[in-house]
Amino acid sequence: MSTPIPGPQPRGERLGDDARARLEVDAKEIISRYPRRRSALLPLLHLVQSEQGYVSADGIDFCADQLGITAAEVTAVVTFYTMYKRRPVGEYHVGVCTNTLCAIMGGDQIFAELKEHLGVGNDETTADGKVTLEHLECNAACDFAPVVMVNWEFFDNQTPESAKKLVDDLRVGADVRPTRGPDSVCTWKQASRVLAGFPDGRAAEGVQAGEASLRGLRLARERGWRAPEAGAGDGGNTGKEAS
Amino acid sequence: MTTLTPVLSKHWDQADSFALETYRRNGGYEALRKALRMAPDDIVEMVKASGLRGRGGAGFPTGMKWGFLPKDNPNPRYLVVNADESEPGTCKDIPLMLANPQVLIEGVIIASYAINCNQAFIYVRGEVLHVVRRLQHAVAEARAAGLIGENILGSGFDLDIVVHTGAGAYICGEETALLDSLEGYRGQPRLKPPFPAVAGLYASPTVVNNVESIASVPGIVAEGAEWFSGMGTEKSKGFGFFSLSGHVVRPGQYEAPLGITLRELLDMAGGIRPGHRLKFWTPGGSSTPIFTDEHLDVPLDFESVGAAGSMLGTRALQIFDETTCVVRATLRWIEFYAHESCGKCTPCREGNYWMVQVLDRLEHGKGTEADLDKLLDICDNLLGRSFCALGDGAASPVMSSIKYFREEYIEHFTGGGCPFDPARATLWAEPTGGKGR
Ligand SMILES: Cc1cc2nc3c(=O)[nH]c(=O)nc-3n(C[C@H](O)[C@H](O)[C@H](O)COP(=O)(O)O)c2cc1C
Ligand code: SF4
Repeated sequence: MSTPIPGPQPRGERLGDDARARLEVDAKEIISRYPRRRSALLPLLHLVQSEQGYVSADGIDFCADQLGITAAEVTAVVTFYTMYKRRPVGEYHVGVCTNTLCAIMGGDQIFAELKEHLGVGNDETTADGKVTLEHLECNAACDFAPVVMVNWEFFDNQTPESAKKLVDDLRVGADVRPTRGPDSVCTWKQASRVLAGFPDGRAAEGVQAGEASLRGLRLARERGWRAPEAGAGDGGNTGKEAS
Repeated sequence: MTTLTPVLSKHWDQADSFALETYRRNGGYEALRKALRMAPDDIVEMVKASGLRGRGGAGFPTGMKWGFLPKDNPNPRYLVVNADESEPGTCKDIPLMLANPQVLIEGVIIASYAINCNQAFIYVRGEVLHVVRRLQHAVAEARAAGLIGENILGSGFDLDIVVHTGAGAYICGEETALLDSLEGYRGQPRLKPPFPAVAGLYASPTVVNNVESIASVPGIVAEGAEWFSGMGTEKSKGFGFFSLSGHVVRPGQYEAPLGITLRELLDMAGGIRPGHRLKFWTPGGSSTPIFTDEHLDVPLDFESVGAAGSMLGTRALQIFDETTCVVRATLRWIEFYAHESCGKCTPCREGNYWMVQVLDRLEHGKGTEADLDKLLDICDNLLGRSFCALGDGAASPVMSSIKYFREEYIEHFTGGGCPFDPARATLWAEPTGGKGR
């Protein structure tokens, strides 16, 4: 459950008529994917986030209108999920995993050094509006620890130095390349649009697997290990070998 | 000696392993052709006979789950793939979907045909953008090839698959919370029964299965139930991913028959990093009680791990050496549970909140022996009294770490602080002579 931000929420930026008209077309498509309208709410919220970079009060009203539910019902959902932001996010959202495994492997130190280096705290954005720093829970990449995510792309096996260089590069607009992701990092808004279910045509970029993912396979090849063939025509190999 | 058995990962070293063309070149979608010539019930029987048990943590027999769908319910049926992978330590489904999403799609089509469903969903966590892209791409490629849509391969069977991205909430991996989330609500667990098989998505009969479970189905259909059940142990059949992370030389994915031991896996992964020794590990993610070096030879199957006091869970082996403070590790896990508690029930919402306070003061040397009893007391109120298994899971690291490392907790307050230097545990720490702390 995400922690609610205390105090009344600012309405945030307005959603202009043009944007609204564009989003309505997208919203129709999203809604058409589901047997029941309301199922479209999570992708719709990703969609409004792709327009404004966060979920504004207008964004909430937009979703409510599309689905015929109340703004309060939408707000209840927005505040539950950590990926929806209620305040503007920088162009790049930098997440440092500080769950146990990553923290111990150095994620805590990376996070501390990034805070210092960028001069921001958790969930804060640099003054140039480029980088928002946040610590993350486990991102399902423990064999690549410590892990940093930029706009939800994997940057595996980080060190404090590599992470500082990464954010420096992001701030000056130098090319950065995820370890398991496309050839470059898209913006936070573009990422949100993919999450809303609108592909950006970049699925085939980047590696198919990281090094750690291949270690078992490589070892098996080296040692001539394989799963049995059907019918056990290979001498009944069952994943056991005389030792 | 147990050897590795790459099945799902067999082609991951091909540069375009995620492409439909590559998958087909490697024999992909032959299982679907075979399945579409079979009677749906025969596929269910085949999966039952294979002994496949859910790979999402609980290990429920997959074929039996499919068989629970009521025959007389007139509502449409749904298949929902649980691709929320968020349990700390668990990191197998993500590389699978990145490297070979087509095997999952083929599994979804076969499973849908077997349970007579025409609409499937893949609920994938949102924080893995490139995986979302690969899934979208896989569905689009399969649709363009006539493998999804109407009258699949001339069989008369129709199926649509929607990739649905979550928005950051561990609890949405719990199957009923996932369904609420997919319906557009806050992801909070539902009372069971009724189970999803009877009243799931939109109160219709629904099967929820883990990515790896569904991805294992094409192999079973292609190679036969006996092929699958020939691997593994008596009651834990087949193979699965063992995900090694932490203080090992070569962390990664090791696909092996169930029943392999950590000693064997460590040997394959190059052992604990040089100059250090194993201190504690999770057999199946943070919700499974920790093990120590006493448990190196426990066969990693559902029964043996259970008998040794933990759970096989998702085979997420997070490995920590003697530089790691168990109190710090536990505190961090409980901070996670406190953050991810959905707030629906009191034991979990309040219990985790308080455990964080107590663990925090213990870690910083300000605790007392009474705090240990307090923690165990809170765990007693969590375990078996929470509304869902998230609350039960939170008790695991606390109870097991106190069980094996009570002295270390005590040292924290007798010594007035944490005796460990976190720098020594990092990936970039200078190797030392294994002196301990
Ligand atoms: C808090 C919590 C989180 C869970 N997260 C996942 C998950 O990310 N993926 C998954 O497959 N199962 C997860 N599960 C287990 C599911 O509830 C369910 O048992 C599983 O998806 C069933 O699939 P299977 O029978 O194929 O394993 C979680 C359970 C709990 C209590
Ligand atoms: S145990 Fe925790 S996550 Fe589960 S229902 Fe209760 S409060 Fe929610």
